[in-house]
Amino acid sequence: MSTATQQSSPPSPRERLALLLGRASRAIARRLGRSGGTAIPGLVAGALAPSLIERLALQPGHGVATVTGTNGKTTTTHLLAAILRAGGVDPLTNPSGSNLERGLIAAYSGSVDGRGLVPRADARAGVFEVDEAALARLMPRLRPRLAVFLNLFRDQLDRYGEVDSVAEGWARALEEVQTPPTLVLNADDPSIAQLAEHARGARVVTFGVDDDAVALTHADHASDARFCGCGSRFTYEAIYMGHVGRWHCPTCGRTRPVPDVSARRIELREDGSTVHVAIGHGAEQQTFQFELPLAGLYSAYNALAAAAAAYALGLDVVTIASALAEAGPAFGRQERFEVAGRRVRLLLAKNPAGLNEVLRVLTVAAPPLTVLAMLNDGVQDGQDVSWIYDADLEMLAGTGATIVCSGDRADDLALRFSLAGCPPVSVIPQTERALDAALARTPPGGRLDVVATYTAMMDVRSALARRAGVGAYWEASK
Amino acid sequence: MTNDEQAQPSSTQHARRSIRVVTLYDDVMNVYADRGNVIALRARAAEHGVDVEVTSVSLGDPLPDDTDLVLIGGGQDREQRRIAEDLAAHGPRLRAWADENVAMLAICGGYQLFGQSYRDGTGAELPGAGVFDVTTVAPGPGWARCIGDVIATAVVPGVGELAGFENHGGRTYLGPGARPFAMVDYGYGNNGDDGTEGAQRNEAIGTYLHGSLLPKNPALLDHLIAAALRHREGPDSEPLASIGAPYAERAHAAAVQVAKRRSRRWSRTS
Ligand SMILES: [Zn+2]
Repeated sequence: MSTATQQSSPPSPRERLALLLGRASRAIARRLGRSGGTAIPGLVAGALAPSLIERLALQPGHGVATVTGTNGKTTTTHLLAAILRAGGVDPLTNPSGSNLERGLIAAYSGSVDGRGLVPRADARAGVFEVDEAALARLMPRLRPRLAVFLNLFRDQLDRYGEVDSVAEGWARALEEVQTPPTLVLNADDPSIAQLAEHARGARVVTFGVDDDAVALTHADHASDARFCGCGSRFTYEAIYMGHVGRWHCPTCGRTRPVPDVSARRIELREDGSTVHVAIGHGAEQQTFQFELPLAGLYSAYNALAAAAAAYALGLDVVTIASALAEAGPAFGRQERFEVAGRRVRLLLAKNPAGLNEVLRVLTVAAPPLTVLAMLNDGVQDGQDVSWIYDADLEMLAGTGATIVCSGDRADDLALRFSLAGCPPVSVIPQTERALDAALARTPPGGRLDVVATYTAMMDVRSALARRAGVGAYWEASK
Repeated sequence: MTNDEQAQPSSTQHARRSIRVVTLYDDVMNVYADRGNVIALRARAAEHGVDVEVTSVSLGDPLPDDTDLVLIGGGQDREQRRIAEDLAAHGPRLRAWADENVAMLAICGGYQLFGQSYRDGTGAELPGAGVFDVTTVAPGPGWARCIGDVIATAVVPGVGELAGFENHGGRTYLGPGARPFAMVDYGYGNNGDDGTEGAQRNEAIGTYLHGSLLPKNPALLDHLIAAALRHREGPDSEPLASIGAPYAERAHAAAVQVAKRRSRRWSRTS
């Protein structure tokens, strides 16, 4: 992996003070037991010294990579960091999914020495997941050498606004950033693949799936990029999820690029998958396979994105394959816990496309299926819960699934499941009591799948971690 | 245009009843989960022993000769631009249907385009279908969108309290020929100024509320099914039996609690 040539200078006294105060506030927040203190130090430090983002971005000798998109940011960042680590580069990341400016500064203030410098910075690379709506603001300040774009789905319209404005913000950021970064793009999502039109001569590495066996037999409802920029409707040769697939425009000729990193065959199993990959083209092409310990096609996409980014950064396929096979789940994303003699799997789902993929993972598993479904309506979950009608909960009808609904909006979720033809066996808003009920419904030795929105996931995860004897997440994420 | 007829299990000993439903642009105007309205309609109609025959009409498709219920959902500005002219061309037929007491439910962006006109955030003037005598203007940058939980009280008798979620940049004003669909108790409604929410013309209803609206407002859902049956069967149409909707009622109550906690209360005297 080559070294980026950027000048870095030590932080100013004011910035150093800001970092120290940020660290102190983190220690206080943790003592108070508040949310692991992942964002508070960033808020404190960022308010004192707004230039910290620029200072952070300049330090890693291998430069900065950003990961953005609606779904899969945390897992892809986690996997890319694991590959870099296997390749001898120490990643500097924001591991707990705190992906706004304050989360980045918190990652920084948590890793600096007393002089305000990142130790051994020459051997490090920044790998940061960035909120899709914050990327346009952060890109000129982070000056990434590589930017990964995963997918763009409708998500929390009350918070992010309309899907189009997010895509427009990305395009503008790419046009305006001083040095255009290498782009790692999902060839199968037309709104991502079209970002190549804003590469401004920088290298573009695409990833995608070329396996009809994992295509959907009929299209999802949660499909957001059906129309080309020219106004025509896209035509699909195969749809893998939502509007993601092998697409082309019948009018203007825009077409899915042939992926540089292509999954030729994906064998999906209950607990993971085997992915057969071809990298590069023609005589240069290399093929390899990796065993991914994360279930679902969406996880395979995240792994492909991480592999494509690592390939673009110059890592070799052996390192990539072994690191992917050994990387465990990211926080709250298919984490597993042993509780009361049951195997509990925790799956985050926060928008229709994400929930559809999680439902597909559930239906791959052998019956009996026991599900604790949790819907909260906090700011981080989206206050508007209508999105559950865009997801195809009908997938669980006829599976005989035993469903317990929980969360602040347990009643909305129960209504949705009943309309989908799979009414819940109980509706219990409180997390601990719902978990008790769901565990009691799970046969001993069997599996309970917990599907939860963001803040519900945080709640239930701490309950699961305590019952399983695992540490709190700021300890687990180290 | 696609037809899909679903045989529903009978829950009554009466002869089968049925309604014809047109969904407009459901492949384009589908951003705010208004598909939930169709899901709830099918399920509730089945409970009442009513078959639902849905015809999906999208860009370039002709309208059928007749129908009992028309549904259109919300979309982003881009989607509204895509359909506006096509929809406006159906204006005369839609207005005639409204006058013949066809039931309609137009939500958010669909409601805006069922009005006289819509000036969007870019200043572009989109034609409307003119079903409702309302005009909508998006004030553009610098103005906050109206976003949040809503409680409103329907003007139509028997529908009562409505719970939903609104998310719109445009402000809608009623013309002299329009009546409001509801009055806002919590939230913004048409424009945040006059306390009105939505519009109605005979059995046609326009509203900003999604959530999805029909699943958790069973009284409104029954009202629409009954209106569609009256259109189909004539004035002697037998009223719907009173059937409980326990899941819907609990979700409604939960949404009301949330709105009271989070949204601004509308003061009737202001
Ligand atoms: Zn085109």
